Amino acid sequence: MIGSRTVRALQAAAGMIVLAALWQIMSMIFPPFLFPPVPQIITRTVEVLITGSLLVDVLLTAWRIFGGLFGAFILGGVLALVIGQSRTMENYITPVLTFFQGIPALSWVVFAIIWFHGIEFRVLFIMVMTTLPAFTFQILDAFRSMSKDLFEMTMSFRPRRWTLFRFLIVPTILPGILTAWKVNLGNAARVVVVAELVGATGGVGYQLLRQQQLFDMAGAMAWTLQLVLFVLVVQQTINAIEAWVLRYRAVSERAM
Amino acid sequence: MSSEPIIRFNDVSKVFRRPDGRGDFVAVDKLSFEICKGEIVAVLGKTGCGKSTMFNIVAGLTEATSGEARVVGHDPFREFDFFRGKIGIVFQGDRLMPWRTALDNVLLGLQILDTDPTQAEATARAWLTRLGLAGHESDYPHALSGGMRQRVSIARAFAVDPEILLCDEPFSALDEMTARDLRAEFVRLVRQNNKTAVFITHQVNEAMEIGDRVLVFHRPARIAYETRLAGADEAHRHEAHDEIMKVLGAEAATAGLAAG
Repeated sequence: MIGSRTVRALQAAAGMIVLAALWQIMSMIFPPFLFPPVPQIITRTVEVLITGSLLVDVLLTAWRIFGGLFGAFILGGVLALVIGQSRTMENYITPVLTFFQGIPALSWVVFAIIWFHGIEFRVLFIMVMTTLPAFTFQILDAFRSMSKDLFEMTMSFRPRRWTLFRFLIVPTILPGILTAWKVNLGNAARVVVVAELVGATGGVGYQLLRQQQLFDMAGAMAWTLQLVLFVLVVQQTINAIEAWVLRYRAVSERAM
Repeated sequence: MSSEPIIRFNDVSKVFRRPDGRGDFVAVDKLSFEICKGEIVAVLGKTGCGKSTMFNIVAGLTEATSGEARVVGHDPFREFDFFRGKIGIVFQGDRLMPWRTALDNVLLGLQILDTDPTQAEATARAWLTRLGLAGHESDYPHALSGGMRQRVSIARAFAVDPEILLCDEPFSALDEMTARDLRAEFVRLVRQNNKTAVFITHQVNEAMEIGDRVLVFHRPARIAYETRLAGADEAHRHEAHDEIMKVLGAEAATAGLAAG
């Protein structure tokens, strides 16, 4: 008997196979510079992965994504705790974050190019500014959803601040933090490409720009797939961490 | 039992500001009483009569608006840290942390009090065993029944060896059979360990079964009737029961008139 996990994996694979088949049909109708054949895309993708000089660009982009997300996470966490503890601070900070949220990623790219010289700092700045509001609001939501009952119960033992943070606040906000990472990872992957397209001399975005200049669709697809693969691997890693961390949750036998 | 008061309320009032700005709401109105060391006092009153507010004042979770509340001679709200490990609370719901196993939930208070980890674990295991939960140490709360979860919360309260136990309708969500067993178990543990306990309930029978003394509250909270049941004969118990019913009935009638 096939398990539900295997069924889900097969269904996902079937969807991708249909997409690849449609692409292959298009490649038979249109010229290869518009729709290169699927095997050619796969070959180019593998080539990037096994060629050290090309893989460096993938790792550089991955490093920029993690750096930006980590910076925004730390800053967002601090802001969320400050806002969560003071209504006055909330009144000051929330409108600014909402204002930032409305600024398009491309505008931050332009600001970064005008304001800063160093490429890495520019990218880091863009990544942090575009993901900071989401991180802050998501962590704040998780903090605010903390059970009053559990808070009072814990307080009845008179914990010190750090103990309260360790035993109650961290486990309470952890599911929210993991969700925030998953959501922001996708956003960050999109933003980093824009940042690299405009102002970097390496990375997946820079390579995509080169493929566009060479009019190499197979190369563009291969580099795009690097980013997609990276996001999928990290998402799966976060899912695995989440499954382990939230193992205490009851699961209904009836599938949704 | 010594006659030294361990909990003392002197004209304590608690007034809440209504969130919609329509004036104030008096939850506790010049409440005065004393509870001595080793006593089990049942506090009885209808829902919304301010029992839980009184409970929160004793627990140091809320501050009295006026009057003097003292627990072992100290202000439970202002001298919050003084009471580390001195008060154990069994709440209405089990309030177990869902991410902690039964053992880890019992360990919580001990960890907060920086007890040596080996000793803490031995204590937590011993309390789980005493409450009939041996073999369930690694179970998460969702895998336990309501009665078992409440047993874990009792073990958590007793594990820190507090001087005072506060219980806010701890068995009200359980079926009568389970509640009766747990009540008996609770009284036995309080007596065995020589604790002082304040037991809040809205059930007359439960109050009379548990309490050495029963305090019946008016709405807002102040004492409408008080009786000592420790060592009382059947005749006194019947008389007390009738009197409590009369007071609660009069309360309900007053509330009905006010509502009407």
